Amino acid sequence: MEKMLAEKPVNVNEEGYLLEFAQWDKDIANAIAVEEKVELRDDHWKAIEWIQSEFKKDSPLSIRGIKNSGALNIKEFYELFPGGPLKKASKIAGIPKPKSCI
Amino acid sequence: MSETKVKKMLFILSKATLENVYAAFVMANGARMEGIEAEIFFTFFGLEAIQKKKLEHLHVATVGNPAMHMPTMLGGLPGMEALATSMMKKEMEKLNMPPVGEFLEILKDSGVSLWACKLAVDMFHLKETDLIDDLDGILTIGDFYGRANEEGTHLLFI
Repeated sequence: MEKMLAEKPVNVNEEGYLLEFAQWDKDIANAIAVEEKVELRDDHWKAIEWIQSEFKKDSPLSIRGIKNSGALNIKEFYELFPGGPLKKASKIAGIPKPKSCI
Repeated sequence: MSETKVKKMLFILSKATLENVYAAFVMANGARMEGIEAEIFFTFFGLEAIQKKKLEHLHVATVGNPAMHMPTMLGGLPGMEALATSMMKKEMEKLNMPPVGEFLEILKDSGVSLWACKLAVDMFHLKETDLIDDLDGILTIGDFYGRANEEGTHLLFI
């Protein structure tokens, strides 16, 4: 379905995840973050960049991956995106919902 | 998943077979990833999963487990448990499942509270120093029930 985010039309699925990463930009990230009640600061952007770089490498996201990332640790990750960090961070980063159980 | 009415999951882990330990760990971690609080109460044999010297040496049960598709007598032969365990660990590594020690660290960092059962600790003559440093404490079952004292809390015995 089409949705207006940051005054731009984007394609999202029924849960609000972007269907085309090419449509993502920082304004759209901010708009999704507002919906998710997250205020994006420098640390959030660092996490988002790391998640996107993993996505581009085709490596599946998991909480264990966060632990071994070197970019951020699990505690920080939960503090940055409270209440479902992997899902929220993925949504804001414009990538599909992670399918991993761990 | 959309909004869930489950707010808190309390797991009681009473067994030390690898499949049961991982069931509790995956579910506790999965709860946190959905924004649900999670705690684990280790009791009886479940305590092996938080004993420093034992936690990396847990085994899959090959006897009394029909899903192993192996005659019980074979499962009881020396070395069978170790073989089945190493095979399962390999499969789990392929799925990026962390070993028990690393999984405990992940749970702790994710905000899962880890408790040991006082009665079982006494029964096995364990000292606090035998247990992992990340442990939140040793509780009676009454104390643990006290932690279930809010709406949307579920208890699960494994």
